[in-house]
Amino acid sequence: MSDHDYRPKSKVGQWFNDRLPLLTLANHLTDYPTPKNLNYWWTFGGILTFCLITQIVTGLTLAMHYIAHADMAFESVEHIMRDVNYGWLIRYIHANGASMFFLAVYIHIFRSLFYGSYKAPREIIWIIGIIIYLLMMAAAFMGYVLPWGQMSFWGATVITNLFSAIPLVGEGIVTWLWGGYSVDNPTLTRFFTLHYLIPFLILGLVVLHIWALHVPGNNNPVGIDVKKPSKDTVPFHPYIVIKDGFALLMFMIVFAFFVFYAPNILGHADNYIEANPMVTPAHIVPEWYLLPFYAILRSVPDKLLGVVAMLSAILILAVLPWLDTSKIRSAVFRPLYKQFYWILVADVLILGYVGAMPAEGLYLLIARVATAYYFLHFLVILPVLGFKEKTLPVPLSITEPVLGGPLNLAAARNKESKIE
Amino acid sequence: MSEKKTKRRDFLFTATTAVGAVGAAAVVWPMIDQMNPDASVKALASTEVDVSSLTPGNTLTVLWRGKPVFIRRRTQKEIDEARNVKMEDLIHPEKDEDRAKNPEWLVMLGVCTHLGCVPLNDKGDYNGWFCPCHGSHYDTSGRIRKGPAPWNMEVPKYEFVDANTIKIG
Repeated sequence: MSDHDYRPKSKVGQWFNDRLPLLTLANHLTDYPTPKNLNYWWTFGGILTFCLITQIVTGLTLAMHYIAHADMAFESVEHIMRDVNYGWLIRYIHANGASMFFLAVYIHIFRSLFYGSYKAPREIIWIIGIIIYLLMMAAAFMGYVLPWGQMSFWGATVITNLFSAIPLVGEGIVTWLWGGYSVDNPTLTRFFTLHYLIPFLILGLVVLHIWALHVPGNNNPVGIDVKKPSKDTVPFHPYIVIKDGFALLMFMIVFAFFVFYAPNILGHADNYIEANPMVTPAHIVPEWYLLPFYAILRSVPDKLLGVVAMLSAILILAVLPWLDTSKIRSAVFRPLYKQFYWILVADVLILGYVGAMPAEGLYLLIARVATAYYFLHFLVILPVLGFKEKTLPVPLSITEPVLGGPLNLAAARNKESKIE
Repeated sequence: MSEKKTKRRDFLFTATTAVGAVGAAAVVWPMIDQMNPDASVKALASTEVDVSSLTPGNTLTVLWRGKPVFIRRRTQKEIDEARNVKMEDLIHPEKDEDRAKNPEWLVMLGVCTHLGCVPLNDKGDYNGWFCPCHGSHYDTSGRIRKGPAPWNMEVPKYEFVDANTIKIG
């Protein structure tokens, strides 16, 4: 990285930069050498940044009209929908924005899984990412409670009751979380406060996530270490900026489709009924992005073990860099892992499907098999695969497979060492 | 550095840290405790219910401390069913005699002990209650028989003030 050599051209720029090196930072971000073979799966980092900013901006504006009180919250949301200028638009962007955020984060996570982006030296980036993901789930859950509909109320009841599974202190913790003996006004006001806070925590972690990324640089579809800068890299601006921008536009089309043509399709009709502590909706399910974990929770017949299994399913991701024993990053060169990868994708989709179905009969059986396989993948298949799998030869540079043949290999190596 | 001086430093360091930790804990506790139920929530401790209109085989649901309470006037058949169960068959063994002092009246929190949903009346494999959220079945004594819930539905503190009035809490 040539950051340290950077010097602004203008006198004023130099004066400012000597006192606060913001221009050095800007220069680092534009010149940042990026592997030239990044495909469209790599554009979701930028898309996620867009999602976060969208949620913060729409959230701030909604908070100007929303009233966090058990007696008024439901009506204030209807007031936003009917009376506030463009309130309907802002709220639909915010509500569907949460789904879009999760859609993008799942693609982002599964891209990491495919190309081994979580492996050394990128473990810290990965772990920060998992923390962001956990905070996203917390923010989404608390945000869903705020309209104070039936699903809000009973979703809050079920999720907070998960803590009652903790032996001895569980009931005390739940009462403390509620600020009462059931989900009620004190619960709503504190959820609103935390829902407001968490996006800014995420923003801070995103800065750390990108900072940690810029130390080793991006992984890439070939999964090899790239010399920076070299024939294998391009400057972030304009090459990656344009590519990210195009992908973002495509993503915004999908986003706009949901906002304008199907704004309620990802929600539940029950949430348009005001919260009623006397009646539980007949079929209560969380939002789609939490369904796989919900299926895992329900597949275990014991209350405490069910909660433990659900939390483990998420936390197991944090230790993934050490569970995967293979030195090869990209699945492109791992013929067996590639197959297990797609089985895992199918497994998670199946869990999501049965999570939305009643927990009985065949659905319960499928959920149990899929839950067992989920843990099998991370705890048995991945560690063993690293030792047993016969991997394909990995190219020495990104340029090599493009130019082809061993003839050019020596030339490519020479050029790289010259640049270095 | 002499040995004596080192010891003095160590003592000061430990003492300062200890006082600092106690001070920090003293400041943190109010921040944590403010989230516990406040005085106005605790004040709603008991409620009185008129049950004169309840006929056998029906359930009245009332709100107590933000939670539904089921008051069931049981039929003789339901009482017999509840009392003829063997203790070995129960997940959380409790005698019906202990749960319903007056066999005709069953008073309990209408809250599933799994994750807090409100079970449905006259449903499930044991003719008692069925929780729609995660499929827990309760019998006519509100005891858990099948499903993920770990305990029987809780019987709150209650008493008959007179023949037609129950005071809960």
